[in-house]
Amino acid sequence: MTRQASGFRAWILQRISAAYLGLYFIYIIGYFILSPPTSITAWKLWISNPINSVGLMLFFVALLIHAWVGFRDVVIDYVHPIMLRVGILSLTALGLVGSGLWVARVIFLGSAPL
Amino acid sequence: MMINNRPVFLNLFQFRFPIAAIMSVGHRASGVFMVLAFPFLVYILDLSLHGEAGFAAARDILQSLPVKLVLFVMLWALLHHLLAGIRFLLIDFDIGVDKLSGRFSAWAVMLAAPVLALLIGMLS
Repeated sequence: MTRQASGFRAWILQRISAAYLGLYFIYIIGYFILSPPTSITAWKLWISNPINSVGLMLFFVALLIHAWVGFRDVVIDYVHPIMLRVGILSLTALGLVGSGLWVARVIFLGSAPL
Repeated sequence: MMINNRPVFLNLFQFRFPIAAIMSVGHRASGVFMVLAFPFLVYILDLSLHGEAGFAAARDILQSLPVKLVLFVMLWALLHHLLAGIRFLLIDFDIGVDKLSGRFSAWAVMLAAPVLALLIGMLS
């Protein structure tokens, strides 16, 4: 996609990721209300189900995209000095990518059988 | 370059903010708050999967009073963000665009988010 269209790309990514995040949140809040895991065994069993671990991984991918677009919009609106803006956005990108890699590691290792 | 010497009035304390504006600021603020809280949640998830002891430690953290208060604020932020997001999506589809329903839905988001957060907090 061309540079000129990147505003549209961010806009549409924000909405598609929002739809997945919204549905997943309703599911996960329901799970934690209706049958919260009371032991490490139950918790491991839940997360070792591929549907749950892959769903959770997708959730975090959508979350990182959504957080990046939204946070970038806020920073562009309120932070005008260009170097400060670049600094904040760089730190945010590092933080988000770092958290994403960390969560991938947690889910991969955590979903291994006990 | 455009010459721009219009007078600018930016005293936030003298602006009158319609409810939809306040709700929208809440949407942004809750989003930023959740981005900042994200590493903490990853830490809890990590801890909870570190065997028997890690699971118990994560549960103790989540059940301590100060953390519970923070979790309540996070839940409120999440629900405000979710409901306001649904409202924005509906407006994208031309649903509820006029002034009256826009005001009504903004109030609905403002009030429903803390009520739902309290309900979920009491259930779990």
